[in-house]
Amino acid sequence: MTATILTQQFINGISLGSLYALVAIGYTMVYGILRLINFAHGDLLMVAAYAAIYAVTLLSLPWQISFPLVMILTGLFGILVDRVAYKPLRDAPRISLLISAIGVSFLLENLAIVLIGGVPKGFPRPDIFARVIDLWGLRIQVLTVYTPILTLVLLMGLLYIVHRTKVGKAMRAASKDFETTRLMGINLDRIIAVTFFLGSSLAAAGGIMWAMKYPQVNPFMGVIPGLKAFIAAVLGGIGNIVGAVVGGFVLGLGEILIVALFPQMAQYRDAFAFAVLILVLLFRPTGIMGEPITDKT
Amino acid sequence: MLEVKDLHVYYGGIHALKGITLKVPQGRIVTLIGANGAGKTTTLRAISGLVRPKHGSILFFDHELTRMPTYKIIRLGIGVAPEGRRVFPNLTVLENLELGAYNRPPAEFRKDLEWIYSLFPRLRERSKQMAGTLSGGEQQMLALGRALMSRPSLVLLDEPSLGLAPLVVEEVFQTIQSINAQGATILLVEQNAMAALHVAHYAYVLETGRITLEGTGKDLLADERVRKAYLGED
Ligand SMILES: Nc1ncnc2c1ncn2[C@@H]1O[C@H](COP(=O)(O)OP(=O)(O)OP(=O)(O)O)[C@@H](O)[C@H]1O
Ligand SMILES: [Mg+2]
Repeated sequence: MTATILTQQFINGISLGSLYALVAIGYTMVYGILRLINFAHGDLLMVAAYAAIYAVTLLSLPWQISFPLVMILTGLFGILVDRVAYKPLRDAPRISLLISAIGVSFLLENLAIVLIGGVPKGFPRPDIFARVIDLWGLRIQVLTVYTPILTLVLLMGLLYIVHRTKVGKAMRAASKDFETTRLMGINLDRIIAVTFFLGSSLAAAGGIMWAMKYPQVNPFMGVIPGLKAFIAAVLGGIGNIVGAVVGGFVLGLGEILIVALFPQMAQYRDAFAFAVLILVLLFRPTGIMGEPITDKT
Repeated sequence: MLEVKDLHVYYGGIHALKGITLKVPQGRIVTLIGANGAGKTTTLRAISGLVRPKHGSILFFDHELTRMPTYKIIRLGIGVAPEGRRVFPNLTVLENLELGAYNRPPAEFRKDLEWIYSLFPRLRERSKQMAGTLSGGEQQMLALGRALMSRPSLVLLDEPSLGLAPLVVEEVFQTIQSINAQGATILLVEQNAMAALHVAHYAYVLETGRITLEGTGKDLLADERVRKAYLGED
């Protein structure tokens, strides 16, 4: 294998990893605050991809408007899911919440089949993302370069919110102690809503990028990237935002490089992610950057 | 200012408060003393909306608190230093204090912060430190300071002297008196009955969910039953 191909694969791995990262952040944020693995989170990729298709085709909005709009709408949709499926269960055992999340996931997938149909739809990828550029002798699609850049920009914005703003401080407080957060005069439901909004709109960005990378949108398109992102979140240390991003990059790179170095392993690509999950759970359940997982009141 | 009437609280089958009635007049320090498990914390939790009474009423000025969500109760001007300090360990001292001031106008923040730092100079030295790494006593000061950052008109304190060195305990009670002198009304729950009765204008004794005795701090200090049961005399 030449250095060029290796570099090329490295960039592909970073790019794929940044997609996992975008989605993993939402898993980790919701887990941090509700101790819930939001299994419906991956399906938001699908919701966002369809929404983007309709925004571009039916409403004929330019992508510069429709993509951010879809991020906002998906964020609001995330709040809605919380209100309907999780909020009534705030005081219920955690397992009820988990079951509810799985229910939401099935509901969204099947709703998409009923309303839109199971036949994949093409994604109207704007031409500027499909361009191929020549980078130091490497031929790379610009989308591959834009994806990690977008991820890092969104991550910076998110970290700013979480660490520097009042709402962000309340989010970190709530991740440790609901009751005392309330005793600060903080409307906890609003904080949880903001958490869902942020996580869901990042998932929308991931969904749009995913749909541009693999421009076939179907009701189950969120399942595999959702699972991979969940694994990335666990790998990075669930509850830790930077960890989720690191986990995403490690998983994406690992997946691509394994296939590049051992082409005969190509069909085990998805298995790689699950092997990682099992190994992490066995040997380092707190992940790369996680603190010991604490129960909370 | 605060009036609790015939309050009943259950935890599942446990009847924790069996008809509590008490008053906290404006400008006063009122203390609630009693043995472990008497229901002191439960009373404060009911006032702050963290547990819902089955029966009874809690009036704060004209507001009925028993159906109000906690954050709205707090916004009426109530500050709480809960049992066990409960500082946010993953936030710095300063961030903890900022959350205490969550609903204050930002323009007031600096001034309020200076006030807290003057009450607890130690917190200023530690302002950038994670609250989880503070000593127990420092955490207690932080919990107290955080409760005061909202400039509450009523402060609920649940065992603020717990686990503190005797000198610091004295300091805490002095602080309580000084914030009271600055206009805050205080409902103080304490195991340290002696100290609490000394600073309190009025006191209630709670026994297994019932108020069994009440009177001015002075009266209760002189009361034989109190001396036997809570001040360790025989
Ligand atoms: N969450 C709960 N579930 C069940 N029972 C509870 C709960 N919280 C308190 N209790 C019970 O209610 C009673 C009153 O408890 P509370 O915490 O109010 O006592 P306290 O006077 O604050 O005691 P201490 O001085 O030990 O803090 C106790 O018998 C306790 O066991
Ligand atoms: Mg108590």
